[in-house]
Amino acid sequence: MPKRTDLQSILIIGAGPIVIGQACEFDYSGTQACKALKEEGYRVILVNSNPATIMTDPEFADVTYIEPLTVEFLEKIIVAEKPSALLPTLGGQTALNLSMELHKQGILAKYGVEMIGAKPEAIHKGEDREAFKQAMIKIGLDVARSRTVKTLEEARAAAEMLGKFPLIIRPSFTLGGSGGGIAYNKEEFERIVANGLDLSPVHEVLVEECLLGWKEYEMEVMRDHKDQCVVICSIENFDPMGVHTGDSITVAPAMTLTDKEFQVMRDASFAVIREIGVETGGSNIQFSIDPDTGRQVVIEMNPRVSRSSALASKATGFPIAKIAAKLAVGYTLDELRNDITRLTPASFEPTIDYVVTKIPRFTFEKFPDADTTLTSAMKSVGEAMAIGRTFKESMQKCLRSLETGARGFGGGGKHGGDEPVEEKLINAKLGTPNAERVYFIRHAFKAGYSVDRVFDITKIDRWFLTQLHEIFEMEQALAKQTLATVETVALRRAKQFGFSDVQLAHILKADFAAVRAERKKRGVNTTYRLVDTCAAEFEAFTPYYYSSYGDENEVMPPSGKKKIMILGGGPNRIGQGIEFDYCCVHASFALRELGYESVMLNSNPETVSTDYDTSDRLYFEPLTLEDVLEVYQQEKCDGVIVQFGGQTPLNLATALKANGVNIIGTSPESIELAEDRKQFSAILDKTGLKSPANRTAMSEADALKFAKEIGFPVLLRPSFVLGGRGMFIVFSEEEFRGVVRQAFDVMPDKPVLIDKFLEDAIELDVDCISDGETSVIGGMLEHIEFAGVHSGDAAMVMPPHTLSQEMLDVVRTATHALARELKVVGLMNVQFAIKDNQLYILEVNPRASRTVPFVAKAIGLPLAKLAAKVMVGVKLKDLGFTREQTPKHWCVKEAVFPFVRFPGATITLGPEMRSTGEVMGLDDDLGVAFAKAQAAAKPGLPTKGNVFLSVKDGDKARAVDLARQLVGLGFSILSTSGTAKTLTEQGVPVTRVAKIGEGRPTTVDMIKNGQVQMVVNTPGGMIPRRDENQIRSAAYAHNVCIMTTITGAYAAIEGIKALKNKKIGVRPIQQYRGNVVIL
Amino acid sequence: MRARLFRLASMSTSLPAVLALEDGSVFRGLAFGADATVAGECVFNTSMTGYQEILTDPSYFGQIVTMTAVQIGNYGVNEEDTEAAGPKCSGFVVRELSPIVSNWRAQMSLGDYLRKHGIPGISEIDTRALTKKLRVNGAMKSCLSTLPISDAEAVSRARAWQDMAGSDYVKDVTAKEPFFWKADDASRFNAPYVPPGTTFGLPHIPARKFRVAAFDYGAKYSIYRKLVIHGFEVQVFPAGSSAELVREHKPDAVFLSNGPGDPAALAYVHKTVSALLPEFPIFGICLGHQMLTHALGGSTFKLKFGHRGGNQPVKNLETGRVSITAQNHGFATDPASLEKGGAKVTEINLNDNTVEGLRHTRLPVFSVQYHPEAAPGPNDADPLFVDFYKMVEARKAGKI
Repeated sequence: MPKRTDLQSILIIGAGPIVIGQACEFDYSGTQACKALKEEGYRVILVNSNPATIMTDPEFADVTYIEPLTVEFLEKIIVAEKPSALLPTLGGQTALNLSMELHKQGILAKYGVEMIGAKPEAIHKGEDREAFKQAMIKIGLDVARSRTVKTLEEARAAAEMLGKFPLIIRPSFTLGGSGGGIAYNKEEFERIVANGLDLSPVHEVLVEECLLGWKEYEMEVMRDHKDQCVVICSIENFDPMGVHTGDSITVAPAMTLTDKEFQVMRDASFAVIREIGVETGGSNIQFSIDPDTGRQVVIEMNPRVSRSSALASKATGFPIAKIAAKLAVGYTLDELRNDITRLTPASFEPTIDYVVTKIPRFTFEKFPDADTTLTSAMKSVGEAMAIGRTFKESMQKCLRSLETGARGFGGGGKHGGDEPVEEKLINAKLGTPNAERVYFIRHAFKAGYSVDRVFDITKIDRWFLTQLHEIFEMEQALAKQTLATVETVALRRAKQFGFSDVQLAHILKADFAAVRAERKKRGVNTTYRLVDTCAAEFEAFTPYYYSSYGDENEVMPPSGKKKIMILGGGPNRIGQGIEFDYCCVHASFALRELGYESVMLNSNPETVSTDYDTSDRLYFEPLTLEDVLEVYQQEKCDGVIVQFGGQTPLNLATALKANGVNIIGTSPESIELAEDRKQFSAILDKTGLKSPANRTAMSEADALKFAKEIGFPVLLRPSFVLGGRGMFIVFSEEEFRGVVRQAFDVMPDKPVLIDKFLEDAIELDVDCISDGETSVIGGMLEHIEFAGVHSGDAAMVMPPHTLSQEMLDVVRTATHALARELKVVGLMNVQFAIKDNQLYILEVNPRASRTVPFVAKAIGLPLAKLAAKVMVGVKLKDLGFTREQTPKHWCVKEAVFPFVRFPGATITLGPEMRSTGEVMGLDDDLGVAFAKAQAAAKPGLPTKGNVFLSVKDGDKARAVDLARQLVGLGFSILSTSGTAKTLTEQGVPVTRVAKIGEGRPTTVDMIKNGQVQMVVNTPGGMIPRRDENQIRSAAYAHNVCIMTTITGAYAAIEGIKALKNKKIGVRPIQQYRGNVVIL
Repeated sequence: MRARLFRLASMSTSLPAVLALEDGSVFRGLAFGADATVAGECVFNTSMTGYQEILTDPSYFGQIVTMTAVQIGNYGVNEEDTEAAGPKCSGFVVRELSPIVSNWRAQMSLGDYLRKHGIPGISEIDTRALTKKLRVNGAMKSCLSTLPISDAEAVSRARAWQDMAGSDYVKDVTAKEPFFWKADDASRFNAPYVPPGTTFGLPHIPARKFRVAAFDYGAKYSIYRKLVIHGFEVQVFPAGSSAELVREHKPDAVFLSNGPGDPAALAYVHKTVSALLPEFPIFGICLGHQMLTHALGGSTFKLKFGHRGGNQPVKNLETGRVSITAQNHGFATDPASLEKGGAKVTEINLNDNTVEGLRHTRLPVFSVQYHPEAAPGPNDADPLFVDFYKMVEARKAGKI
C-alpha cells in the first residue's frame, strides 16, 4: 500500500540534550526521519531543545521548534501547528515518554493527533516490566523467573521456589534501583531483602533469578503494517549479562549460535514485536542464553529506534530510522528500495561479510569519586565502532578508534605495555566488569592464564577469548623478530589481525615511519572493502568503505571532481561531541554544494556524519595517523579539513602535514601557535592585547614556583586538551600541591600552563569566521557564571546582556586583530574575560568551537558551512557574509550534567568540563529565554515554594538581596546557621534548618520530602564540602532546581519573574530568521 | 552438557591449500579437513549461520561452496543439525576457520568433521574477492586441493571438470531403496530445536495422519522432519522409482524433494511426475519445483550465479505478502513456459523477479523454488507445509 494521504503534517519529537544513554544517535535517526517524511511531501513539525543537532537545522523540517521538551510546551506547539500525527519512536526514551504523557493527559485526543508507528497500548506493554513479562509468558517465551514479595517470609519462599543462588533483589520504586543487590548466600539474601523492603516506599521487593554470566544478544527487528518482519542485524555481547548493553563491547553478527539457535531467536523476536503490537518500525529485543543449557530468556524490548538500531544501521548499511519513518506513514517493506544496491527491495535481511565491533567510551576520569564498576546502569558517554574482515581486525581497530591511548590489544601504548602485572590486580580487573577489563585479558595471557581460566573468571565466551589469545600469540611471535627479520607473510598476517603500524613499530623495535615504509616496500597494502548489505551478492552503489588487508581494493574510480577529506571527532566524550559532528556534516554539505567530492572519515556510529548519504564517500575508520594517511593517499585527496572534528583531528594536523597532507584552512602552525605561550605572547604584544599573567612549566616544582610568583588564585591546566581535562582553579598552595600532578598526567611530555585567575570576571565566548582577508564575528556569548566555569558548562546569553557597547567594540577589534595575526582561514573561537573594565584574552582556538551550532541557530546562518567554503578558497564577500549579525531576540544556552549517573562524584561547576549536552532557550524576553533554557535542561525554575540558600562568605552580601527578591516573589527561604544568621540580621525572614550532623530533618531530608523547590549553594573552596555535595546530589536526584553560582541565582530570579508575569509562547526558528541587527 | 572445546593444530603448522578457477585465478590459503584434490562448480552462500546444514545439503553435490560470512566453525558441528548422513559438497571454502568450538550443543569441530568424511577445505583466502568473481563471471568450474599440487595443475583440473549441465547428479544422492522415514526415531531429530523453558515454536502435530510418497532427489532431512511435524507419514522413494511403484503404495499425496544438478537432465523423473500429476496432490521444493515445471511441459534455465542464502525476499503474487526465504538453486523456471502446462506463477523473487513458486490452475499441485523447511535460514515459509496438509485433507474430503 502506498503512503497515507489522510495525514498532512507529522510531529516529530527529538531526544533533547545529549545525556548518558541518549547521545547523538537520535540526531542521526531524527534527521533521517525528517528527510524521509519531507521527501514524501508531509509537513514535518520538529521539536527539540538541542541546538547542536543537524535535525534542528531549518531546512530539515518545515517548522522547527527549539523549545523545552515538556508536556506544557508540546501542547502549545500542538495547538499552534495542529499536526495530524505524532511519530513518537525516533527521539529515544525522551520522546517516547513525552508521547505517552501527551496521550495520558488526553492532549492527543483533544487535538485529534494520531500516534503513528507505535500505539500507546503497545508502548505501555513494551515498557512496563510486569506487563511485558506477562506478555512473554503468554506467547510461550521464557523470562527470568521472579516473584514480588512484601515480607521476609515471602522472600524466603520465593528463594526456595527459584531454587539457587545467586539471586537478584530489586526494591520497588527506589531511585535508580538503589537498595538492590545480588545475594550469593542465604545470609546476604536476608540482609539485602530486609534493607530493600525498608527502602522501598511500598515495602516491596522483586526477587529474581540471576542471569549473571549468561550470553547476551540483541536483535534489531523491523515490521510493516502488512505484518512483514525482517531482522536487520543480530548483535552478540562480548561482555556477558550483568553489564548494560550500552556499556558492553558488542559484536555483529552473532558469533556463537548455530542456525537453529539463531532462527529460534529470530522467530521469538517476531513473536515479541507482534504480541507487544508495535505496528510498524524498528524494535530492539534483548535475549540472554544460558551457555550451558541453551535456555533462552527474553530480557526486554525497546519499541522504538534505539542506540543499538543506530549501530545496526551503520554496521549493515540498512537505514533503520529512514525506513521506520516510511513504514509509519503506510509504506510496506517491499515498496521501499534498498538505497545501497538500488535494484533490490528493502524487504530483505542484510547479510554481512565482515565483523563489526563496538566499544563504549567512558569518562570516569572526570568524576574521580564515582564507582567505575560496570553494572546494569549505563555509564559510558560515547562509543567507537570498527569494521574489519575478521573479529580480530575489527577488535583491534575498535580499540584504537577509542582514542584513549590504547593502540589495540597490546603493542605498547596505554594498557598495552610489556611489564608484567600482578596476579592480584589481574584477578580484580577480570572479576568485576570495568572499562579496562579487555586489556587485562592480555595481561592475564601474559601472566600465563589459559583461555579457560580467563573464562572461569569473566564468563566471556571462549570464542572471543580465543580470538584475543590469537592476537596475543601473534604479538609474542612478532616480538622475537625485528623489522628487518620479520617475514612478509607474518607482516601481512599481523595487519590482517588488525595490528597498526604503531603497534608493529613497538613490537618490532622500529619507528612508525620505518614500519610504514617497509610495509609498503613489501607490498602489504591497505585495501578497502564495501559495506553493501548483501555480502557482494549484488553490486553496491554507495561508497561506504572499511579497510582490511585482502586481495582486492574496491574503491570506486575517481569522479574527476576535486576531493576534500573531512576528519570527524571519533567517539563522543565529554568536551567533544555532537557539536563537532554537526560542523563536520556542514563541511560535507558545503563542499558538495561547491562541486567538490567530500570524503568523510570517522569512527563514531552514533553520528549523522557517518550516515551513508551525508558525504560522497564514507570511510568508517579509526582517526589515527596511519588510518587517515591511508585513506588520503588512496583517494588522492586534494585537501583535508582538520578544524571541525574537535581536538582529535587537530592533534593529527602536524603529523599529517609532515607526511605531505594538504591541510586546508588555518595552518597547523597557526593552530600550534595559539597553544604556544611564547609565540602567542608576542602576538598579544603586537596587537596591544592582554592576557592574565601566565607562565609555562615543564615540572611540578617550576609550576609551584610560578604559581607563587603570579599569586593565588591561579588557573592550572595542561596544554593541547579539550574540555578542560585536568584543569583546576587553585586558591592556595596546599590545594596546588594536591592537584598539580594530575595536570601533568593528562598530556605527558607537554607543558602545564599557569594563569592568574580573574575572580568575578565576566567571561565572553566569541566565534568568528575569517577568509584570510575579511573576518566576521558570528556571535558573542556572555557567560552567566563568572569566569572559572568551563565554557562548555557555563550558561550563556547571546547577545551579551550586561556588557556596554564600548566594551563590545573593544572585543570586536581584538577578535579581528587575532584572526588577522593568526592568519585564520575558517573558524576561530576566542574566550575573553572582562574585569574592572579591562579586557583579557583567556584562550584562542583557531578551529570550530562547541558553540558554533548554537551561534548558527541564533543568527540563522550556517556558520560551519560558510567556514568550509572559505577553507577551499571562497571569499566571505562572495558568500555575502561580511557584516556581523546580532539577534534581536535572546538566546540562552544551558548545560546538562550527568551527576545522577555517578553517585558520590563531586558536583560543582569548574574549569573542567563535565556536562554532556546543552539546550537552547529562545525568546524576545531574556527572563523567558532563561526560564525556557532551565525548563529544557530540567528541572525548570519553580514559581513558588521553598528556596534553600547557603552561600560562601564572599557571596553573603548579594545573598541578602537575592533572598529579599525571592521573598518578594512569594518564596520562603530555608538556610543553615551561617547564611541564616546574616539574613536574620538584615531582616529577611528565614527558616533555619539543621546542617548534616546537627540533627534532623536536614536539608537533604527536606529535599527528599519535596519540601525544597530550589537550592542556591555556592561553594567556598575549589571543591564543595562534603555536606554541600550531599545537598547537591540530593537536589539532582530529586529533580530540584539548583544554582551553584550567585550570578546563576540572579538569572534564575529573572526567569522566575518572567514565568510569573509574562505569557510564555512558542515560535519556530524559521520565524526567527532575519530577526537580526546587521552591524 | 558443558561447552566442549576442540582445539585444532595451531595455524603455523597448517599446510597450504589452493583453490583454482577455470578463468585461471588462483587463491592460496591454508588446508583443513581432508587431504584431497577435488573439482566442482564453485558457488557462494550468503547465510551468516548454518554452515553445517549447507555442507550436508545434498543439493550441493558436485559443488565447492564458499561462505561469504567470515568466521566459520565457531559453533562446531552436532548430529542434530545434519541434513544428510554426511557432507555432500565437494569442498568448502572459508575466510577464517575457528580454532575452537564454543557451543553447548557442539560435538565435533568442523575441521574434524570434514576430515572424517574426506572433504577438503581451504581457509584464509579472500572470499569476498572470490564471491565478486563468481557474481561477475557466474558460477565457475574450480579445483580445491589440500595436497601439494602446482597452481597450473589445479587450474587444469578445474578446467577438466565435467560441467554439471546435462548430467544427472540425482542418481548419486538419492536413496537406494524405498523406506519409511521413522517419526519416532530419536536419531532423526524430528522435533524442532526449541530451547528448554521455551514453549513457543513447539509444533502442534495433527492427529489425523496422511501418507506422503516423497521422491528423494537428494532430499534434506529437514524436509522429512517438517512433513512429519505437519501430520504426514513419509515413505521415501528413490528418484528412479516408477509411477506404478508409487501407486502400489497408495499414498495420499506425493512430494518432490530438492536435489543437485541440472533439472533438464532428468527426463525419467519428468516422465514419472507427469504420470502422477492427475492422480495425487503434489507439493515440490527446489529441484522438485523444477521437476514439476518440466513435467508440466515447461523449461528451466541456468542462473548466472544462483540464489544461495537465507535472506531472499519472495513475494506471493496471490496474497501480496513478502517472506524472507532460504534458497539454494542455480537453475530457475522459465515463467513463459508454464502457461501451456496449465500452471501459473504464484511467487517471485524480488531481487531479480525470477519464478519462486507455481500452482496448477486445476489440479491440487504446487511447488516452490525456495526452502520452506529452512535449515539453514528463516522459518517464514513454514506454513506451506500446513497448506500442503490442508490440500490433501480437502482432496480426501472430495472437495477438490
